[in-house]
Amino acid sequence: MATTIKSELERIRNSGVWRSIFRSGYGASNLHRAEAIQQSLFLHLFSVKIRSRVLEFKPTWFLGALTLTTFFILVVTGILLMFYYHPSVPQAYADMKDLQFVVASGVFLRNLHRWSAHAMVFLVFAHMFKVFYRGAYRPPRQFNWVIGVFLLLVTLLLSYTGYLLPWDQLAFWAVTVGSNIAKAVPLVGNKMRFLLLGGNEVNANALLRFYVLHCVILPLVAVALVGVHFWRIRKDGGLYIPEKREP
Amino acid sequence: MSDDKTQAAEQLTASTTPKNGDLTDVTRREFFAKLGIGSLIVAGVGSGLFAYEYFSPDVLFEASPIVKAGKPDQFPPDSVTLDPQSGIYLMNCAKGYYALGAICTHLGCLTAWKPELDLIACPCHGSRFNRDGVKVAGPAPQPLPWLKVWLGDDGYLMVDRSTTLKVQEFVKA
Repeated sequence: MATTIKSELERIRNSGVWRSIFRSGYGASNLHRAEAIQQSLFLHLFSVKIRSRVLEFKPTWFLGALTLTTFFILVVTGILLMFYYHPSVPQAYADMKDLQFVVASGVFLRNLHRWSAHAMVFLVFAHMFKVFYRGAYRPPRQFNWVIGVFLLLVTLLLSYTGYLLPWDQLAFWAVTVGSNIAKAVPLVGNKMRFLLLGGNEVNANALLRFYVLHCVILPLVAVALVGVHFWRIRKDGGLYIPEKREP
Repeated sequence: MSDDKTQAAEQLTASTTPKNGDLTDVTRREFFAKLGIGSLIVAGVGSGLFAYEYFSPDVLFEASPIVKAGKPDQFPPDSVTLDPQSGIYLMNCAKGYYALGAICTHLGCLTAWKPELDLIACPCHGSRFNRDGVKVAGPAPQPLPWLKVWLGDDGYLMVDRSTTLKVQEFVKA
């Protein structure tokens, strides 16, 4: 039985369709394994070979991978929430309450989105502290640190724009306060606040602008920067791992 | 002999090159490259201006700055009345009526009147103001603004939220 399945799998893997998708072909040689990574759009960002020591818990505490995981959860739950949420003043709050009390699994998805967002902010900071205190930001990885700082800013902006969307008292006053902080920028502060809110007060235009930023613009920027961030890990010599000290 | 010839040849080239040199100073390729870069710069600046104009709304559906606060007898003597919708206080004191903006000058929260303290208090970061809008505690950098008040033809007290007064003015009714 087992051999039948095995030979059947082998037959599929050697079929024309399979080979047209996975050009590297089937095999356990180092070359085949390297090609499998290198010839996949999604995997080619990563190194074809790394030291096994890098994959242990200690060097990274998996903080970067965990951040990516929370980001994936946020994308999936966020898209699902978008099916019920209208970014308009009369409906936004009611839709949020509907998600909690009426929609099947709505409260689970909303809470998953919320807690993952909190976790992502925490994990981004933890990841940066880990990188900083291990000295992994040093050359040749200094540019990737800069990309990471921009990713931190995008994460915080995603968090901030998402905060307005429930359209409750907490959201309204938090964004009132936040947009008044933007006003403190010299010379252009008032104009920045006006453009951010699409008006002089936190109202329908502001809700719609924050929605578009939260659901489209900022996630696209995040995905682009994450792509560069991962690609640079390979280009800068793989994950940082300190040289073993002489005993 | 040969030196003379070279000199003559040099003179000849010197007299002819300036004209040719001007023509060949920018090659066709360089010209088009500069034209292309120039066009890109113009298009980039234009897109920036276009985006700025596009994202600045020209028509806003926001409340008028001029508010009909109410009839003078709605405000009992020595009272402070907050209208949360328009964000103004209307005070009736011995000298007359006056209005204060109710939006905290710190970060824009709506303040509230606390009769037990005889103070205006902001719930966000704890700024406190007296009846004249003067800050008595907290992080607010400015006093609450005095707003222009007048008695309308229909007998209602009117407040212009966009006009702040530099000198205290009281309206008698």
